[in-house]
Amino acid sequence: MPPLLEVRNLRKSYGSLEVLHGISVAIAPGEVVAVIGASGSGKSTFLRCLNLLERPTSGELIFDGKPVAYDDEGWGWRRDRQLRWLRSEVGMVFQSFNLWPHRTVIENIIEAPMAVKKVPRHEAVDQAEDLLRRIGLVDKRDAYPSRLSGGQQQRVAIIRSLAMKPKLMLFDEVTSALDPQLVGEVLSLMASLAADGMTMLAVTHEISFARSVSNRTIFFDGGVIAEEGPSQIVLNQPRQARTQQFLSRTLPAIGPAVTRAEPGLAHGLRA
Amino acid sequence: MQSVFASLPGFLHATWLTIEIAVLVILLSWVFGLVAALGKRSRFVLLRAPSDFYIWFVRGTPAMIQIFAVYFGLPQFGISMSPFLAGVITLSLNSGAYVAEIIRGGLMAIPQGQYESPIALGLSHAQSFRRIILPQVARIILPAITNEAVATLKNTSLLSVITVVELTFHAQIVIAKTFQPFQFYILAALIYLLLTTLLTHASAVLEARNAARS
Repeated sequence: MPPLLEVRNLRKSYGSLEVLHGISVAIAPGEVVAVIGASGSGKSTFLRCLNLLERPTSGELIFDGKPVAYDDEGWGWRRDRQLRWLRSEVGMVFQSFNLWPHRTVIENIIEAPMAVKKVPRHEAVDQAEDLLRRIGLVDKRDAYPSRLSGGQQQRVAIIRSLAMKPKLMLFDEVTSALDPQLVGEVLSLMASLAADGMTMLAVTHEISFARSVSNRTIFFDGGVIAEEGPSQIVLNQPRQARTQQFLSRTLPAIGPAVTRAEPGLAHGLRA
Repeated sequence: MQSVFASLPGFLHATWLTIEIAVLVILLSWVFGLVAALGKRSRFVLLRAPSDFYIWFVRGTPAMIQIFAVYFGLPQFGISMSPFLAGVITLSLNSGAYVAEIIRGGLMAIPQGQYESPIALGLSHAQSFRRIILPQVARIILPAITNEAVATLKNTSLLSVITVVELTFHAQIVIAKTFQPFQFYILAALIYLLLTTLLTHASAVLEARNAARS
């Protein structure tokens, strides 16, 4: 099967500082890829380059068989339309949820399908209610985001992206801003998405999530992919010394002991 | 006292003109302010520099001088306007400079993620700005923009110097006839007070409504 997303030799610089030194990755449809690495390793920048919230300095981006022209500077309508096409096919969930505080839950969800895909309002509302039912939040339909817990907000943010029926979902450390007891419900939703066959790329600090849900793990270090492969191998028997070092610093903090102390998380991972 | 009551219809007429001017000026100042605020945030120097200059120049010079310069000065270059038009344009440009800084402050108060999330969902920049950013900015700046609207409403009295028969000039005309400056200045003041009170009350109602919707 041809890859859904292919990245070739992607570079990103801020001024004279290069933070991504030529990243190449291909992601097959249905694949769940975890991206791990220390802060500043470039993993979030990489993710943000994939839907062009950051413009790569050079490299090729091929989505769904079509090369994405991102470097065509200027006001071009065609470039804007192509960017909007890519973004409507690639969902992104942020660490800080970014729900719109002046809009109710349902208004948050129906906005993009209506504004971008011109879905009629009643259809968008029906679909949003279905999604809300799936995550058990249909009773929060008319609530404003500030009335929701962090975990609920993040789950609404996820289905807000799903309402666009994306082919690929990007997750940028989506549990990092949550209280520990709220992490489980978000990971659980992500696990069920993965089980449904969604193609996913998740920058995460949750090594146990990466181990149990992702097919493949990519380890970023210093702006390059230091190691990648099947998650079971990269996370359990890493070949590279720096991967071993990173994991040995990370694992004690979120190892099995925490999983046992957090029934929500364990439940989430079984789902 | 009788003459005060007798003069009320005339005052009503002048009050209506004051309201017309104030509404026009306030609405136009939002347009000028929004354009200048966006200009000042632009990455293009050709948009940034004029906005910077506009805000700097207008805020740094007295409104009265600006009114004189437009109404009496521009005819030297063949640009003549009615007192009403000259007054509305000048006051709008004047207030617009303050509004620009208020809006800029509001835009800065919106977290970066609010700019990114609509874009990441495929909305155009114009759609994101109009539907996601601007409504949030409007809520943040409501108290400051109300303050500016109140100041603008009172500044319409400056147009008396270029013969616009708004509330202040009307009061002066009546005083010249009746020699009762105390009564009529107080009457004019009370009418301004009523108008500004309506304005701040409307703002408070909006604020309460917004608080319920968040």
